Amino acid sequence: MTGEAPKRSGLAIWLPLAVFGAFFALVIWGLYRPADREVASAFIGKPLPQFNLPAATEDRPGLSTAEMKAGKPRLLNVFASWCVPCAVEAPQLEALRQQGVEIDGVAIRDRSEDLNRFLATYGNPFARIGKDDLSEVQLGIGSSGVPETFVIDGKGVIRHQHIGEIRPEDVPMILEKLKEAQS
Amino acid sequence: MKRHSNPLRHSREGENPALRYAQWIPAFAGMTRRVMFVLLMLLAAPLAAQDQMPPAPLAYKQLDDPALEAKAQGLMETLRCLKCQSQSIADSDAPMAGDMRHQVRTRIAAGEEPEAIRTWLVERYGDYVSYAPQNKPIMWPLFAAPLVILLLAVFLLRGRFRSAGKKETDNKVAGE
Repeated sequence: MTGEAPKRSGLAIWLPLAVFGAFFALVIWGLYRPADREVASAFIGKPLPQFNLPAATEDRPGLSTAEMKAGKPRLLNVFASWCVPCAVEAPQLEALRQQGVEIDGVAIRDRSEDLNRFLATYGNPFARIGKDDLSEVQLGIGSSGVPETFVIDGKGVIRHQHIGEIRPEDVPMILEKLKEAQS
Repeated sequence: MKRHSNPLRHSREGENPALRYAQWIPAFAGMTRRVMFVLLMLLAAPLAAQDQMPPAPLAYKQLDDPALEAKAQGLMETLRCLKCQSQSIADSDAPMAGDMRHQVRTRIAAGEEPEAIRTWLVERYGDYVSYAPQNKPIMWPLFAAPLVILLLAVFLLRGRFRSAGKKETDNKVAGE
């Protein structure tokens, strides 16, 4: 062995350990940071696609794109009677309705008897409810689950997406987004 | 403290084992009830979050034209199920995956090209919905990484090769 070689490898010998340490730190960091499983819609800022859904219940009309361009911002709530968090957000939707917010519903894969029971139990804050048995509107606006709530401006452009149930603390934020959509 | 030592692991002589196990029973029974409750809750949640509707018409029904069905199948295998995120929509039994398969088959039957349907979905869900790798600038580190690692390995090992070669000649010289 020459005198020079061991000195160089003396530094290099720590390199694999350093790489392993960095990898280990990355794994630990990944383990402790909860993964984000939500899929955000890439359709924010784009106009609603063309759709015309039949009425999901007898006492509310169906839902079409034309009615979503009424000049006033409104909420589009994607929900279903079989979805537990949808029942959780019902009081918040009712509170929003009482503050003058117009809410349209899209019922995903729902039977009318189940839907009627759901609305009778948890309240019906919807102006219209469209029946989406094939998730066509849901796929059309980039929604990946229930419940999701979209803020639609007066021209029918999607301005905001709220994933998951609306909690009481989310209500002011939703109202703020509706106000922003007015401009 | 003694009371809490695990009788299964710490056995002491001169004690009545039955008595020792007996003091564990109420606590254990409580735990069983709690475990049962959690298990039942786990069972209950998926049931509650399942709709009662029949699957979409083309969710499980193949297209009549084998060529079109092959096209649809190829696309469905490279689209992510958004409910069960590590499966393709071809693999998943989630109702939403069924609705996506219906959408794909309907559009293929109407003459749309698979890549147009992929683009339509990417517009709505981002690249995340597609499993097919794309030729985008952000992908280049991934493609370049093997080459960089190989070059780095050659660079790090070049001293080793050189000294080994040198030693060989040294030995040859010494042997002669």
